Amino acid sequence: MARFDTNVPTKGGFSFDLCQRNDMLVKKGLQPPTFRKTGTTIVGLIFQDGVILGADTRATEGPIVADKNCEKIHFMAPNIYCCGAGTAADTEAVTDMVSSQLQLHRYATGRESRVVTALTLLKSHLFSYQGHVSAALVLGGVDITGPHLHTVYPHGSTDTLPFATMGSGSLAAMAVFESKFKEGLTKDEGVQLVSEAICSGIFNDLGSGSNVDVCVITKGHTEYLRNHQLPNPRTYVSSRGYNFVKGHTEVLSAKITPLKPKAESTEVDAMEE
Amino acid sequence: MVGKNCFAIASDRRLGVNLQTVATDFQRIYKIHDKLYIGLSGLATDAQTLYQRLIFRHKLYQLREERDMKPPTFASLVSAILYEKRFGPYFCQPVIAGLDDDDVPFICTMDCLGAKELAKDFVVSGTASESLYGVCESMYKPNMEPEELFETISQALLSSVDRDCLSGWGGHVLLVTPTEVQEKTLKGRMD
Repeated sequence: MARFDTNVPTKGGFSFDLCQRNDMLVKKGLQPPTFRKTGTTIVGLIFQDGVILGADTRATEGPIVADKNCEKIHFMAPNIYCCGAGTAADTEAVTDMVSSQLQLHRYATGRESRVVTALTLLKSHLFSYQGHVSAALVLGGVDITGPHLHTVYPHGSTDTLPFATMGSGSLAAMAVFESKFKEGLTKDEGVQLVSEAICSGIFNDLGSGSNVDVCVITKGHTEYLRNHQLPNPRTYVSSRGYNFVKGHTEVLSAKITPLKPKAESTEVDAMEE
Repeated sequence: MVGKNCFAIASDRRLGVNLQTVATDFQRIYKIHDKLYIGLSGLATDAQTLYQRLIFRHKLYQLREERDMKPPTFASLVSAILYEKRFGPYFCQPVIAGLDDDDVPFICTMDCLGAKELAKDFVVSGTASESLYGVCESMYKPNMEPEELFETISQALLSSVDRDCLSGWGGHVLLVTPTEVQEKTLKGRMD
């Protein structure tokens, strides 16, 4: 019954069961489906009190925009956030996994998580898959040792920087940073600069678009400004809209099943001796 | 597509091998429990295998927790099962629709690796997905009543599949409100 056991929840990690079959199908001419990527602009910078992270909100599937308002700034710990670019499934899975590992670590040590812990967990996971887990991340946070900002590349290399950009729009955003960044920015100046960098990515890079998300992390306090700026409102809405009269669509057969409300389990009294 | 306290999930009915049609009544929308449905587009064998694994996991969950799985939990489960096969994926893109606590509609779609995309208005997948994005974007209105939602989703589906050779032969629409489930078969072009 060994084959039966594959349906039982496994210990975790990847399973390679279908690789041979998929190779055979591709050889026979089946087009493998495209993965959703977050062709993105993600940025981070260190200001006087902590770290500011920024990201755009477009998720693409080939040339089509799959999600106009997705979240690319992922929670890692209350004091650490991570922006992800690359294959969407990989960034989400890797950040969720490290976030859970950090939570367990916090329970074990009883202390606030440090940014370098998250960094090491991410880089060792990505390196062991030799770049096949395609996740490029900007990791930032403030811990007991101060504010930190790191970039993690899909092959597992990392950089520690005062300001960083990643993703397809990284050149556009880096241009803004290189001209306007200085040490010791205030919070408003920092948020302004990050928004400008993301906007330059949104308007100049085709893989980035929609809105600007910003996350400000300081010692003891994190502010997640979801949709801080909406520079691309939808302007072409027709005021009349489409109005379909009831019965417009031809129906061949209809089956209506009423849903009974589920019976609530009643409180049971303990048995008396 | 999401409406006011209700949702609708629709699919076409063609099953084919490249350009040859093999079946014209293929069921792509599967029921997980009364208020949770999953539509699976892509390779039919992977859709069936995935459906069987999901029903198995849901039944185990029901035995342990003595209740049905909530839609966001189910979406995470599907995402984990798909991501497990990251380097040899199921060729399947699910669309999940359900009624959450207090009958709030929940919809989400994923690519074949399990990258979730939650939406408040509509989600699409399949060979006609590009066309569906365009049509839903223009036809969708927020807070539609069930009858209007049914008309809108049917027209959106039929318009898009008419422009796609690999989809068609009518449609299946399931409209779920807190009190009833309406399952209708649509008449479409049979080509």
